[in-house]
Amino acid sequence: MPAKTYVQTIINGEHVDLLCEPRQSLLEALRDVVGLTGTKEGCNDGNCGACTVEFDGRIVTSCLVLGVEAEGKEITTIEGVAQGSELHPIQQAFLENAALQCGICTPGFIVASKALLEQNPDPTEHEIRFWLANNLCRCTGYDKIVRAVQDAAVKMQEA
Amino acid sequence: MTQTLDYEPNMVLATKTYDVVGTRPVRHDGADKVTGRALYGADFATAGLLHGSILRSPHAHARIKSIDTSAAKALPGVAAVVTSADFGSDSDAVVDLGEGATSLKWLRDNVLASDKALYRGHAIAGVAASNPHTAEEAVGLIEVEYEVLPPVVTVEDAMADGAPILHDDLKTEELGEQTDTVSNVAQHFQHKKGDVSKGFAKADVIVEREYRAKTVHQGYIEPHNATALWNNDGRLHVWCSTQGAFTVRDAMAQLLDMPVSKIRVTPMEIGGGFGGKIPVYLEPVAALLSRKTGSAVKMVMSRADVFEASGPTCGSWSRVKIGGTSDGTITACEVELACEAGAYPGSPVGAGAMCALAAYDIENGTVDGYDVVVNKPKTAAYRAPGAPNAAFAVEQAVDELAQKLDMDPIELRLKNAAKEGTRRVDGPTFNRVGLVETLEAMRDHPHYSAPIGENQGRGVAVGFWFNIGFDSSVNLAVNADGTVILTEGSTDIGGTRASIAMQAAEVLGIPAEDVHPSVVDTDSIGFTAVTGGSRTTFATGWAAYEAAQSVKKQMIERAAAIWDVDADAVDMNRGVISSKSDPELSMTFKELAAQLGSSGGGISGTASVSPTGVGGSFAGNIVDVEVDPETGKTDVVRFTAFQDVGKAIHPSYVEGQMQGGSVQGIGWALNEEYYMNEAGGMDNSTLLDYRMPTSLDLPMIDTVIVEVANPGHPFGVRGVGEANIIPPTPAIANALQRATGTRLFETPMNPVAITAANGD
Ligand code: FES
Ligand code: FES
Repeated sequence: MPAKTYVQTIINGEHVDLLCEPRQSLLEALRDVVGLTGTKEGCNDGNCGACTVEFDGRIVTSCLVLGVEAEGKEITTIEGVAQGSELHPIQQAFLENAALQCGICTPGFIVASKALLEQNPDPTEHEIRFWLANNLCRCTGYDKIVRAVQDAAVKMQEA
Repeated sequence: MTQTLDYEPNMVLATKTYDVVGTRPVRHDGADKVTGRALYGADFATAGLLHGSILRSPHAHARIKSIDTSAAKALPGVAAVVTSADFGSDSDAVVDLGEGATSLKWLRDNVLASDKALYRGHAIAGVAASNPHTAEEAVGLIEVEYEVLPPVVTVEDAMADGAPILHDDLKTEELGEQTDTVSNVAQHFQHKKGDVSKGFAKADVIVEREYRAKTVHQGYIEPHNATALWNNDGRLHVWCSTQGAFTVRDAMAQLLDMPVSKIRVTPMEIGGGFGGKIPVYLEPVAALLSRKTGSAVKMVMSRADVFEASGPTCGSWSRVKIGGTSDGTITACEVELACEAGAYPGSPVGAGAMCALAAYDIENGTVDGYDVVVNKPKTAAYRAPGAPNAAFAVEQAVDELAQKLDMDPIELRLKNAAKEGTRRVDGPTFNRVGLVETLEAMRDHPHYSAPIGENQGRGVAVGFWFNIGFDSSVNLAVNADGTVILTEGSTDIGGTRASIAMQAAEVLGIPAEDVHPSVVDTDSIGFTAVTGGSRTTFATGWAAYEAAQSVKKQMIERAAAIWDVDADAVDMNRGVISSKSDPELSMTFKELAAQLGSSGGGISGTASVSPTGVGGSFAGNIVDVEVDPETGKTDVVRFTAFQDVGKAIHPSYVEGQMQGGSVQGIGWALNEEYYMNEAGGMDNSTLLDYRMPTSLDLPMIDTVIVEVANPGHPFGVRGVGEANIIPPTPAIANALQRATGTRLFETPMNPVAITAANGD
């Protein structure tokens, strides 16, 4: 087995040190080494968005990042989106708008939508669809996901 | 492509209202799923876990001459290697695991090939190692000697004279008779009503065409996965994402020749299925590896494996001949439908043939079906399996007939619509169905009369799916705080915990939130059939209804005992238990629940049902497309999906089914296909190249829920999961014809096909 590398990161606001094989993706490191299984694998080649995480302020598909590249980086996964017992308004909007069916794509959509609303608090329908085009959902046809993001945008602006 | 409607989207044409049924509570499993806490199959871990990987055939058709696993076994970190020999069985008994009768040998060979590899991606051997990467490395060290054979990947090639034969022992069943002909056609059957030649003689106009639909995949985002532990007491425990835990248990019992009582299957959360997560693929391999190693073994498919070795649904060839008189009466229709079964017999042609003409009250009709093996993965169910293939043909032929008769396509359908009492060409007579109501809702919807833009066309189509009943079990137990625990065995793919809990809540007169549903393992609940056939809200919902009736009866009896009156004199309504004669005697469900412990103990109710009153569901679409005249690129600019659902228990999740099924149909129509190369391999087995619809490709998918109550269910439920995928392919073809003046007879109707057909 190849030697492991010592990686120091901040995950969901906490300092996390981990031992990572050079061939392990960040997705694998998060799921199998750190035990944060909320980030999902749908393709392992960057094409489904189920593994989307925030990586030093931008969103990445974590299957296309190596675990060792997390050295010194700040990562937010789905597990870090809620504030304690308070759901994030996007999470609440997904629930209220029935924006998930099987739910496997949901963590990726929520992380991606949160990043969208942080940089564009009032997106048009087209902007939402464009931003989320790298996140595949096979269950919903996207209608309720788009509506949930619109709903969250309104509620976050009111707040 | 943002559109503004001058009406509220997502209409519900409700005919009856209830307190809980028909409302939109937040689903019970929602918080887990938006926080990443819900545990799916691949999230499972246990101490000492080994990881498995599978060697797959690089050839679409090959004889396996030898397998040498010695180098793989010698790799440090490898714990075991298995091949089909490890099943230790050569039984070819006929078994039925809920997807039709088939040979045990074929089931076993599909899990691990023995004598032949029949598709690229066919599993040959499994490895267990200390980590997934070592397992993959070991797979590369297995030496297999193949004799490569020519492949066939379409029904037309497979049915041609001199076609390479997949199974030397497969003999055609011809119209119910077993013949001695060895061919790739497993079966040819026919449904017949009246006399088509007489019917065509009466017709003023006849349309006859051939159509082809490509193989497509269900496309669930979560790959197949399984963990198995063959424990030291001889019991096997499997954790996996499946549509039917009991189906996995039964399949494992057959494949491993062990009693069902020695197998326990825990259904993890499932990341989509659409029919494709009914068969077992990895589970038996993980079990064999666990038996050899004594450790739990986990296996997860790659996305390429999902495409190349699971699902898909059939590509097909079909021919339709339809005739009508100038007043718009369809006098005869003849359909031939040949469907790919994949590597082993059992395509969805049976269901496709039954649905083909279901929407029409036709005096004279025939439907011929052919089940054809080809060198592709064995097909699995995919949302109304077979019906979209049939509808792509029939609904276009009906549209062309309307054009030739100069009739409105909805009016033509209304004139010939199947209704209660109509005998279908395949035999059964319809009970109450809602096709007429669905077509009327389409005709009267503002979308149908809205103006249409340049380079745009509007198409319509309808589709039918039966829905099924089968076995379901539910347990309920009343908590002291007045809430109720609900235990069930139906995998929840799209909100069924909620729709089942709501039916119990309605009976008990308590809020939906006060019922706490859990999906449990096969040791913890009575037999429950798959989440499939649009049956879960219907049948498991029925079990919840029955179990709640039992709880209600016991609550009434308990109140009567406490009040020392006759149970007949007590009633329970909207969660209040009261004496029919004495207004003083009354308490709420909560108040009584608090007294159960001190008045004789807890109350629980249980029900195992197998309801027969299944109600079929009709769906319809109005779709507007816009075609770029230069590139042939098609945008769906407006889409309205209609469906008779009987009764929508949770309308949001009903809409979700309609929207999701519609978009899968849009993908099939415009873009998706198994792009096969000369060697019989799939060239586009990544999500980038297979290219399912993204959010950017689509408009909002408006829905109209039509409610024509199913008399066979206490709340009128029909089941909603499948019929919605049927109309999009023909509706889009019909819309494209109107946008471009050219009709396309083959999916996908992509820019290449559109520009070619328009002569550019
Ligand atoms: S798993 Fe990373 S994009 Fe699909
Ligand atoms: S909810 Fe199933 S893939 Fe999106």
